[in-house]
Amino acid sequence: METPTLLQQIADNWLLIWMGTFFIGVILWVLRPGSRKQYADTANIPFRNEDRPAPRKDADGVARDTKELQS
Amino acid sequence: MGNYFKLAALGIIALFAAMAANWGRDAAYIVHAIIILGVSGFMFIRVLRQMEQPAMATPTGYMDDVVRAGVVATTLWGVVGFLVGVIIAFQLAFPQLNFEMLQPYGNFGRLRPLHTSAVIFAFGGNALIMSSFYIVQRTCGARLWGGNLAWFVFWGYNLFIVLAATGYLLGATQSKEYAEPEWYTDLWLTIVWLAFLAVFLGTLFKRQERHIYVANWFLLAFIVTVAMLHVVNNLSIPVSIWGSKSVQIFSGVQDAMVQWWYGHNAVGFFLTAGFLGMMYYFVPKQAGRPVFSYKLSIIHFWALIFLYIWAGPHHLHYTALPDWAATLGMVFSIILWMPSWGGMINGLMTLQGAWDKLRTDPIIRMMVISLAFYGMSTFEGPMMSIRAVNSLSHYTDWTIGHVHSGALGWNGMITFAALYFLTPKLWGRAQMYSMSAINWHFWLATIGIILYAASMWVTGIMEGLMWREVDANGFLVNSFADTVSAKFPMYVVRGLGGVLYLAGGIIMAWNIYMTIRGGVKVTAPVGVPAE
Repeated sequence: METPTLLQQIADNWLLIWMGTFFIGVILWVLRPGSRKQYADTANIPFRNEDRPAPRKDADGVARDTKELQS
Repeated sequence: MGNYFKLAALGIIALFAAMAANWGRDAAYIVHAIIILGVSGFMFIRVLRQMEQPAMATPTGYMDDVVRAGVVATTLWGVVGFLVGVIIAFQLAFPQLNFEMLQPYGNFGRLRPLHTSAVIFAFGGNALIMSSFYIVQRTCGARLWGGNLAWFVFWGYNLFIVLAATGYLLGATQSKEYAEPEWYTDLWLTIVWLAFLAVFLGTLFKRQERHIYVANWFLLAFIVTVAMLHVVNNLSIPVSIWGSKSVQIFSGVQDAMVQWWYGHNAVGFFLTAGFLGMMYYFVPKQAGRPVFSYKLSIIHFWALIFLYIWAGPHHLHYTALPDWAATLGMVFSIILWMPSWGGMINGLMTLQGAWDKLRTDPIIRMMVISLAFYGMSTFEGPMMSIRAVNSLSHYTDWTIGHVHSGALGWNGMITFAALYFLTPKLWGRAQMYSMSAINWHFWLATIGIILYAASMWVTGIMEGLMWREVDANGFLVNSFADTVSAKFPMYVVRGLGGVLYLAGGIIMAWNIYMTIRGGVKVTAPVGVPAE
């Protein structure tokens, strides 16, 4: 098989499968149980650290409780 | 030690530029060599004067001075770009405006790329760079990485703009739409862009937030993809190191495909992904509430990234490009409608529960109209990519109208909103100098876009129908010149729309200047508060 044909076969089949699987995986990952709580915290990132950088984070890097948000 | 290295490098660049100015083969190259000689000479003296000075304390806090410079540059380039647009719009309506004494520099053919690059790369690019610097710091809770590298990005990018703009006027172009700058300008942009990527990634790496906020995903995709597109589309071999002319490596239909793979993804990743990054930060901030659905924003991101990259071939319907490739581009363009509207809905619904702000806050109003135009042009685009529709719309002014409803409506309006959001924050003012001027800007720009888009629909469809009209014997009824004279009234209306949009831009520049200068604030109530 010539190289361009081979490359096209790979692109047509394996790349398509890989990208399709990846995309469906992303959707399943987004909808996983428990994501709502975490995304609520992530979505509030713009409302923190408005004026100055955050102090060095805790060693465990746990996301802060939503109660601490500056509104 | 680093300063000695810098001095040596700047000295070599200055020497090379001096030789290039001497041996240059064309006007653009010589002028560029003189500009580079001036810049490197200035930097040489600047570095020299700072030698052996005690190191300053490492600054803490956000690096906002470069963002301030970006706000000023965005505003100025915006007004310049709109002005050139108005000039070339009237040149099309009244060809006499291609004044004889200004030839060849003031010709439509040379001013047109000046306009497109000024609005897309100078206005849009500076807006993207300054807002990515602002957003990535806030959402990472960290100062920009790389110290003065951010300043290198800002000045380096604006030097690129100056080289590109002067090059067009002096006749240096590689004739690729939206990628006109010649080889050395492209190389310089590559260096600047990699520095931009380094600053952005470096800041992401040292973030204090555990998660990367979705705006940064869009901005990073914009930076990475534009780097890839730029390098591949500009693969060319200079004819001489002492001249601006270069020859493309690809040729024929391959070159056309690479060009429109680049061209459409410049729309997709520069004008869409990058500006969506701005949208996902500034709309929630101005509305005072988090984005409507964070889950939707992630799906929006991956769907947009996966689909946009395939849409380019719809620019090449009915050409030498194989049918399967054109069909592929068309299909992906139509599928792309879904993530685009997903993003629009996500932005608009962020206002859920805060719709009253639409009456009182002109900045929110600008964001909403910007998202509305985003939705409109991402519906129009897929429709125009359908082969049958494209056979009518291609090469007509409909395309120009479509581009402008996206660029003026979506990119322009979201940038104006971002500028109005950032200026008071960055200069420590309570709000913009004049809120009623924002309102004026909103209406001038909106009516301007409507005049522009409506006149281009009419003239585009008319032109397309005239081109294909045949008589009973199968002969074409209209000559090309017939369509040109039939289009005259629409061209005047389009130019007037541009004048309104430019007037709005000038009001904004004045408002931003007055806000920066400080002084007495005019408090004009906008709208009537709900009772």
